[in-house]
Amino acid sequence: MIRVSGIFKSFNEHAVLKDINATFEKGKTNLIIGQSGSGKTVLLKCMVGLFDVDDGEIYYDDVLFNKISFTERKDIRKKIGMLFQSGALFDSSTVEENVMFPLDMFTNMTLEEKRERVNFCLKRVNIINFNHLFPAEISGGMQKRVAIARAIALNPRFLFCDEPNSGLDPKTSILIDELIKEITEEYDITTIVNTHDMNSVMGIGDKIIYIYKGEKWWEGTKEDVLQSDNKEFNDFVFASALTRKIKGIL
Amino acid sequence: MRIFNLIGSYFLLLGKVFSMPEKKMIYYKLTIKEIEKLGLNSIVIVAIISAFMGAIITIQTAYNTTSPFLPSYLVGLAARDSILLEFSSTIVGLILAGKVGSNIASEIGTMRVSQQIDALEVMGVNSASYLILPKIIATIFFNPFLTMLSIVVGIIGGWSVGVFTGVVTTQEYINGIQYAFIPFYITYALIKTVVFAFLITTISAFQGYNVEGGSLEVGQASTRAVVASSVAILLFNLILTQLLLS
Repeated sequence: MIRVSGIFKSFNEHAVLKDINATFEKGKTNLIIGQSGSGKTVLLKCMVGLFDVDDGEIYYDDVLFNKISFTERKDIRKKIGMLFQSGALFDSSTVEENVMFPLDMFTNMTLEEKRERVNFCLKRVNIINFNHLFPAEISGGMQKRVAIARAIALNPRFLFCDEPNSGLDPKTSILIDELIKEITEEYDITTIVNTHDMNSVMGIGDKIIYIYKGEKWWEGTKEDVLQSDNKEFNDFVFASALTRKIKGIL
Repeated sequence: MRIFNLIGSYFLLLGKVFSMPEKKMIYYKLTIKEIEKLGLNSIVIVAIISAFMGAIITIQTAYNTTSPFLPSYLVGLAARDSILLEFSSTIVGLILAGKVGSNIASEIGTMRVSQQIDALEVMGVNSASYLILPKIIATIFFNPFLTMLSIVVGIIGGWSVGVFTGVVTTQEYINGIQYAFIPFYITYALIKTVVFAFLITTISAFQGYNVEGGSLEVGQASTRAVVASSVAILLFNLILTQLLLS
């Protein structure tokens, strides 16, 4: 479980996050949704420690993450897997080397054991026989799946995904969403996904938090989405002609 | 004010770079890769430039010292001292600032804008140390070899073109090379090389590591890396020359 309490963050006196309070539950796919520029990526980066918060508390289980020492924070980071918007695979390393990287850095496994683990993770995300290709030689969807394989290589307890569907076609997006949900349930981990894709919201949103102009405006499940009477939230959810049509039918 | 901010950030980054490596064997392998990428791949350009510079120094000295009152070994002497004192360390340093410096800044800058550095940080890896320390060790270790190569190739280039064009004989050139030789000049050149290697690598890495934006900013960081490294080389050349030769 991850809990954030009273999070404030600003850049050059421009407040990006204002008093964010939320709990992200274990074994569930927790979604942070909102328009571009609403502050959801900043919130995610604060949670993983890439940005320091101006005020507030971030708890990983019962550990106050943003107040502990660098070494203690490092121990928690080893339990974190993260899927970046761009995949963030290492360009100069092959698919196999990318997935093996966390094993090289943080385990004392033999080469054979590491290869076995890499092949297991790649098989889990349906990437087979691409071990020796470089990221530039595989498609965007495959890069995302390799990034997921790298993120789960160390059996993380927390998985963060920053706009995992960006740049992907709808069908591949659904595959990535399903993969994230399956992995969350299979390994019983706390997963937090940043997205503005309504397919993801309705497909995998066990818990949804809506961020509007740096503030939390709505919280609920995918079942609650259609019943919401929050104007800003409805403006976001029913922005497209398709979602308006669906609402009309329902 | 901004310059103090930059210098402060530079030293903070160095503090992160020189913290204890996570896994020494991984750093060792990375250093070997960097020696190949930053050192071995620079041999050809250093050799070509050194040969031509040696040749040009020889011809220019010969054409500008035609007086019968000047000793015949002067051409070899001038070539030796120019190459040893200034050319092989400083000019090669400036060339490497262009080649190696832009390479380092663009590589690290691209990793920054494509979130690869963020990925390292999230995993709990000290990204500054992981990316920069092997490059510093590689250049500090290998650049002295490039300087030695430059000295040898420069002197041979001067001799071959001098003899080929008839401005100097082999005997005169060798006499000049051997005349009043001060071995400390080699130490002086190597000390400068090591300092310049450190400056090129750390300044370029600093520029790349702090890129914000996209590919345009990576290009700008690469240019800034070359300019800042070159200025630092010239400044430290002055300081070291005063310290070591005064």
